[in-house]
Amino acid sequence: MYNQVVMDHFKNPRNVGVIEDPDGVGEVGNPLCGDMMTIYLKVDEDERISDIKFQTFGCGSAIAVSSMLTELAKGKTIEEARHITNKDVADALEGLPKNKMHCSNLGADALHMAIQNYKDKKTGVARKPEQRQEKHEHADGETCHCPYCDVEISSDAEFCEACQRKLTEEEH
Amino acid sequence: MNYINLDNISFTPLLPEVKQVMTEAVNSDLHNPSSQHKAGEKSAEIISDARQAVAGLINAANPRETVFTSCGTESVNHAIKGAALANREKGNHIITTNIEHNSVLRSIKRFSSQGFKVTSLPVDASGRVDPKAVQDAITDQTILVSVMHSNNETGTIQPVEEIGRITRKNKVLFHSDAVDSVGVVPVDVEKLNVDLLSFGSNQYGGPPGAGGLYIRRGTRIFPLLDGGVQENNKRAGTENLICITGMAKAAELAAKHMKERLVRLGEIKDYLVGKLPGYIDEYIVNTNLEHSLPNLLNISLKYIEGESVMLMLDEDNMAVSTKSACATGSLRASHVLLSLGLSHADAQGTVVISWSIDNTLEDIDKFLASLSGVVKTLRSMSPLYNKPGT
Repeated sequence: MYNQVVMDHFKNPRNVGVIEDPDGVGEVGNPLCGDMMTIYLKVDEDERISDIKFQTFGCGSAIAVSSMLTELAKGKTIEEARHITNKDVADALEGLPKNKMHCSNLGADALHMAIQNYKDKKTGVARKPEQRQEKHEHADGETCHCPYCDVEISSDAEFCEACQRKLTEEEH
Repeated sequence: MNYINLDNISFTPLLPEVKQVMTEAVNSDLHNPSSQHKAGEKSAEIISDARQAVAGLINAANPRETVFTSCGTESVNHAIKGAALANREKGNHIITTNIEHNSVLRSIKRFSSQGFKVTSLPVDASGRVDPKAVQDAITDQTILVSVMHSNNETGTIQPVEEIGRITRKNKVLFHSDAVDSVGVVPVDVEKLNVDLLSFGSNQYGGPPGAGGLYIRRGTRIFPLLDGGVQENNKRAGTENLICITGMAKAAELAAKHMKERLVRLGEIKDYLVGKLPGYIDEYIVNTNLEHSLPNLLNISLKYIEGESVMLMLDEDNMAVSTKSACATGSLRASHVLLSLGLSHADAQGTVVISWSIDNTLEDIDKFLASLSGVVKTLRSMSPLYNKPGT
């Protein structure tokens, strides 16, 4: 089901854990689908991510995505890390099963939220938890698939023509 | 490789005797059982003997009441679609439960937009439907009640006998999906008062590719497959002789060894249930321990996700199955677990452990040791896990 790179990051996840007194925290989660990720950042005076850790509740790909994301972001400046996309993470993992692309591939979203949290702390902005939520957007080149029959569908499809089922956006 | 199979609910290995009769069948001069020459008649005799064996397993009064199908799913589709359509002029109301297998739910759903009305009954927290709720749901339009014998995810056994008394009294057809029960626990169509009963073959060591549908004499039902007059005009198509011989052998052995198998499987279950608290904490048992199959236990491990558990156990050469949404094609939480009142997060951590007579208590010890490590590892990386004392 998963390729060797994914299985390696699942079995030996890098940077698992919590950073005490972090400079930024980002949380994403979808209780319906089940995957939840928390990213903790430590940022040095050069605006570089000196340490990054994750906690994840989820399937094999969710854990592998978290691990790979932390590897990609570690040592990068905040500005560089801001441009890491979910697709970059999936590509670095040499691909994920199509039906896992959307629900498990949330690592970059969590990172972006952690970066935003870091910036907010610095500038003294206080956000309510719901304002910290970021809508999960499809990155360029990332396509939606019907969760039932795996056929490619448009991102706003309410109905899968192939298997004749109703869909909600969260299900893509 | 020393692999421990604790996923027998997905596939039960074929019994050696089953493999043998099927191999002999492949190598014999089989012919079309509908043909009237000697070779055909010999094949017809094989089917007739097989029907006796399978009818014996479910205590059907007349072997002709047993129809061979290709699998349990076909049997269920035949029972529901065939009975609903054949009895349409009598009424349009079907009663079922929220925890049925998808073959039942989707067969019924296909009709709900075509003038049929459906009542789907809830189960209590222990996973059982209340027979009184069935009585209360019956109207003068009710033509069919379908309640499963045991649930394929939790193993919980439903009060089918009580429901059968109610449907009989109300003169409503009663179908039970007994795919995971037949061949594992005693199932007696006379005692249960069912009119239709679906079952498979692989669940008791027979081959996939064969199944059966019990149709009580006099039951109005259309065939699902139209064509020739095979299976007493109830299921057209040349019979799958090879799988049917395997199914019959498995049925014969299941009936013969039922008692000792029940003891053996039950010992493993008691051992597993008794030992679990010594290895893991914070889990939910989703199986009704008082009324359930002897070969299956369904648990939800809090704060972690089932696919990860399954994959890590696989690394330790152990097979289990999971009902986590992440592990299903649909990425949806199990309707059975949600019906029991589980939260989405708890449903995500669901693991189904199912054993056969080939498993030993030593297998269970190894499994528990491995599971304990996997749970610790996954909880250590879970944002939902609050370590004791913090």
